[in-house]
Amino acid sequence: MPQSAEKILDHNELFKQPEYQELMARKKQFEDGADAAKVQEVEAYTKSWEYREINFKREALTVNPAKACQPLGAVLCASGFEGTLPYVHGSQGCVAYFRSHLNRHFKEPSSCVSDSMTEDAAVFGGLNNMIDGLANAYALYKPKMIAVSTTCMAEVIGDDLDAFIKTAKQKGSLPEDFRVPFAHTPSFVGSHITGYDNMLKGVLTNLWAGQERKEGAAINVNGGFDGYCVGNNREVKRMLGLMGVDFTVLSDPSDVFDTPADGEFRMYDGGTSIEAGSAAINAKATFLLQGFSTASTAKFIKEKGQEVVAFHNPVGVTATDAFLMEVSRVTGKAIPAELEKERGRLVDAIADSQAYLHGKTFSLFGDPDMVYGLVSFLLELGAEPKHIVVTNSTKDFEAKLGALLEASPFGQEAKIYAGKDLWHMRSLLATEPSDYLIGSSYGKFLERDTGVPLIRIGFPIFDRHHHHRFPIWGYQGGLNVLVKILDKIFDGLDKDPKGTSFDVVR
Amino acid sequence: MSAVLDDKTRNQALIQEVLDAYPEKAAKKRAKHLNVYEEGKPDCGVKSNIKSLPGVMTIRGCAYAGSKGVVWGPIKDMVHISHGPVGCGQYSWGTRRNYASGTVGVDNFTVLQVTSDFQEKDIVFGGDKKLEKLIDEIGTIFPLARGISIQSECPIGLIGDDIEAVAKKKGKEVGKTIVPVRCEGFRGVSQSLGHHIANDMVRDWVLDKADNKGFESTPYDVTIIGDYNIGGDAWSSRILLEEMGLRVIAQWSGDGTLAEMEKTPKAKLNLLHCYRSMNYISRHMEEKYGIPWVEYNFFGPSKIAASLREIASHFDDKIKENTEKVIAKYQAMVDGIIAKYKPRLDGKKVMLYVGGLRPRHVVGAYEDLGMEVVGAGYEFAHGDDYQRTTHYVKDGTLIYDDVTGFEFEKFAEKIRPDLVGSGVKEKYIFQKMGIPFRQMHSWDYSGPYHGYDGFAIFARDMDMAINSPVWNMTKAPWKK
Repeated sequence: MPQSAEKILDHNELFKQPEYQELMARKKQFEDGADAAKVQEVEAYTKSWEYREINFKREALTVNPAKACQPLGAVLCASGFEGTLPYVHGSQGCVAYFRSHLNRHFKEPSSCVSDSMTEDAAVFGGLNNMIDGLANAYALYKPKMIAVSTTCMAEVIGDDLDAFIKTAKQKGSLPEDFRVPFAHTPSFVGSHITGYDNMLKGVLTNLWAGQERKEGAAINVNGGFDGYCVGNNREVKRMLGLMGVDFTVLSDPSDVFDTPADGEFRMYDGGTSIEAGSAAINAKATFLLQGFSTASTAKFIKEKGQEVVAFHNPVGVTATDAFLMEVSRVTGKAIPAELEKERGRLVDAIADSQAYLHGKTFSLFGDPDMVYGLVSFLLELGAEPKHIVVTNSTKDFEAKLGALLEASPFGQEAKIYAGKDLWHMRSLLATEPSDYLIGSSYGKFLERDTGVPLIRIGFPIFDRHHHHRFPIWGYQGGLNVLVKILDKIFDGLDKDPKGTSFDVVR
Repeated sequence: MSAVLDDKTRNQALIQEVLDAYPEKAAKKRAKHLNVYEEGKPDCGVKSNIKSLPGVMTIRGCAYAGSKGVVWGPIKDMVHISHGPVGCGQYSWGTRRNYASGTVGVDNFTVLQVTSDFQEKDIVFGGDKKLEKLIDEIGTIFPLARGISIQSECPIGLIGDDIEAVAKKKGKEVGKTIVPVRCEGFRGVSQSLGHHIANDMVRDWVLDKADNKGFESTPYDVTIIGDYNIGGDAWSSRILLEEMGLRVIAQWSGDGTLAEMEKTPKAKLNLLHCYRSMNYISRHMEEKYGIPWVEYNFFGPSKIAASLREIASHFDDKIKENTEKVIAKYQAMVDGIIAKYKPRLDGKKVMLYVGGLRPRHVVGAYEDLGMEVVGAGYEFAHGDDYQRTTHYVKDGTLIYDDVTGFEFEKFAEKIRPDLVGSGVKEKYIFQKMGIPFRQMHSWDYSGPYHGYDGFAIFARDMDMAINSPVWNMTKAPWKK
C-alpha cells in the first residue's frame, strides 16, 4: 500500500507506484487497444516526413489551433473600463468558458454575465433575455457601464444589439442615459483578437458619439489583447510618467486582474474611466501597441481625424526605442536620461549574454503581434527564428513579418506558416527541430512530443504562475524576456550533470 | 439546539437580504431556489433544473460542456470533434483533468483540441461537407482512433446541418463508430441536458451496435459508471474493487475506451458514482439488459466502507469476506490520516457549490475529518438530487440552487465559513475575501479524492487550504 499518513502521495507520485502500474496493465485487456509495438510504430510515423506531408494536406480538420473566439477578446477589452460589466448576449456556457479561461491565466476573478439564451430564444430571438438581463445585471452588480458582445448563437439567429438595447431601455431595464456600448462578435469570424478590436471600437463609438474633436496635447495608449496587460500597462504608464506625458490608457485591465487579497473582493478595480475615455477623442494621437489586432479601431480613430501610431508588441531595444521616439515626436517631450539608462542596461545585459543566444534557433507560435514582437527581439539577440505558426494570421502581418525577417541576416531561415495549427507545428519540430520553442502553455505538448524546450511567452499561460505580473514591453520588459529565454538555455546546459561541461561559471 | 435555531434565523434573513437586491420579477423566481433545510423534509425545498435568469452571473455551463467536457471527452481512443466555431473546444482543451493512460495523439486523444473551426461560409452554406472531409482526414492523421464523436456547438442546430446523416454515411464507409451528438449549448438549462443527450447517444450509437461475441464473462464483472478519473479518481476506486475480487470490465468514461463501453452490457452489476450525469444509461441497461445498478460513494472512509459493503452485498460470501479484508487493510492508514488531520480541521465550517453530485457526496468525507457542511448547492441538480441530499445535510443548512455570483458572495460574507469548495470562477473571489478555498471540480489540480488513497490527499488538501499561514496576512498590521 503506497499511501500513508506520514508521506501522502498525490497523483504526481501515486500512479507511478507498482500497484497502480499493474492496475493499468490489467485494464488493458478490456481496452482492445493497439499493442505497445504498434503504438510505438505509429508514434514514430507521426513524426516522419511522410506524415508531415499528409498533415499539411489537411483542409477541413483543425487540431490544436492557437486561437480562441471573438467574445473572449471582447470580455477582456470591456474589463479594462472602470466599473464596466462585460455582458455577453447568447448562450450562458460561453461566458462560463470565457471566465474560466481568464481565471486560469491571471489566477484572478473574472466578472462577466450572460443573458442565458436557450431554445425559446433560438426560435423567438433574444430580446426578452436582453430586457431582463440588463435589468438584473444593473440591479445586482451596479456597473457604471455595461459592454455587450455576442456569442455565435445570437449571431446565427441575427439578433440586433443596437435595437435590443434601445428597446430594453424603453422598457425600463436601464436609465436612458446609461452607457451600453456593444459589439457584434461572431465566433466564426476572426479570433479573440478580432473580438477585442470590435469591442474597443464599440466602446469608443459609444463614448465619442456626438462629440466634436478638439485636439489637445494628451495621447491615448492601448495594449490590445494582452495576456501581460497587468505588467505591461503598468510599465507603459511608468515610462510615460517618466516622460511627463499626459496620457489615457484605453482599456486598462491591469488593476482588475491584479487585485489584492486583503479581505475584500473588488469586482471592479481601476480601468479607464468614462470621462477619460470620452475625452480621448481629443488626444493628439492614439498609440496602438498591438496594431495587427486593432486594425478596425485604428480605422475608426483615423476617421475621427486623430493620428494613429501602431506598434506590434514592442519587445526589446529597437521596438522600445521606436515607441519612445514616436511618443516624443507626437508630444514634443524628450526621452529622459533615466529611460536612456534603462536602455543601456538592457543593451548591457544582452552583451553579457549574447554568446549563449547567437545562432540559436527558435520556433514560435501565438497571436500576430506577439509573434512579431518576439521575432524582432530574437533578431536583436542574434538568434534565428525558424518555424513561425500563427493560426489567426492576417495578410498585413505576413507582409510585415516577412519584411522584418528579410531585412535581417538572422531571419533568412525562418518560415511563416499562416493559418496553421500546433499539430502542424508538431510535424515541423519533429522533422526539423529548432533549439527552442516559444509559445503558450499549450506548447508543453509539443515539448513533450518533440523534445524541443518550451519557453512560455504568450497567452494563455495556465501552468506557470504570475508571469503576467511582469512586463515584456519596454526596456524592463525586454530584460524579463531575456532572462526567461536564458534561464531555459542554462537549465538545458545543466541537464547533463555527468557531462564535462557542467560549468559553475557561465 | 439554539445554535441551530440561530443559524436558521440568520440563513432566512440572508435569503431575504439577497432577494431584496433583485428586481421584483427576478426576486420572485430566485426565491424558489433558496431555502434553509428542515430536518425530516423529503427534499431541500428548492426548485431546480430551471432556466437561469439572464444577467445574474450564473455559474452554470452548457449542454456542450456536459457532453464533450464530461461524458464523451474522456473516452480516450475516440476523437471528439468540437463541431462549430473554434472557441468551445479551445476553452475546454485539457482543462478538466480527466486523466487517461496512453500516448496523446497516437492512441489517446483526450488532450487534443479537434475542431471544424467554422468560418462564415460554413454557417452560410452548412458544414456537412466539411464534416465528411474532416472525418476522412481524422482517418489519416490519427490511424489508431477507434471512433469519432461529433460534439455539436450552437450553430449546428441553428443552421440545419444533418450530422446524423453524415455520421451514418461515413460510419459505414470507414467502418468505425461515429457518434453524432446534438449537444448545442443553447439546449436545456445547464450542462445536465448535455449529459442526458450524451447518454442517449451512447445507447443508440454504441450499445445497440455492440457485438460481444467471444466475451468471456465471470460472475464478478462490474463496471464503474460516472467516474471521470479527475486526477485519477477512477484508478483509486478501481484498485479497491479489484482487491475485493471483482473484475472491472469498463470505466465510464474516465480513462475509458469504446471497447469498454461496448462490453458494458455484459456486466453483472453497474456501479454508479455520478448519479446525475449517468443515471440515464444505467437505467437503460437495467431495462434492456436486466443489469442492476447501485449508487456508491467513495469519498471518505465512512462512505467508502458503507459503499464497499453495499456493493459486496450483491455478490457471494467470498466477495463479502474480501471486502472486510480490504476495509481492514486500509484502516490503519485511515486512522493515521484522521489522527493527523482531524485535530487541525475539527469544527471547521464548509460551504459547497459544485455540479450535480459532489455537494452531497463529499459531506461524509468532511465529517470524517470533524468538519461541518453549512451550505450546499448545485449548478445543475434535479429534484432527485435534492432528495438524496437530505441524507447528507444537517438541519438548518443553507441550500442554494443555481446560485448567482452575487448571492454566493453575500452568503459567504455573512456566514464566514472556514472553507468554500466550488469552481475556478469562484476560487479567486473567495480567496480575495480571505476565505480558504478548494476547487471541487478539478480537485484544484490535485487528487485523486476517491477511495482510501484519495481520502489521504483530500485531508491533506483541506488542511493546506485552511491552515495556510497566508490567511493571517490578509490585513495589514497597521490596520488591525
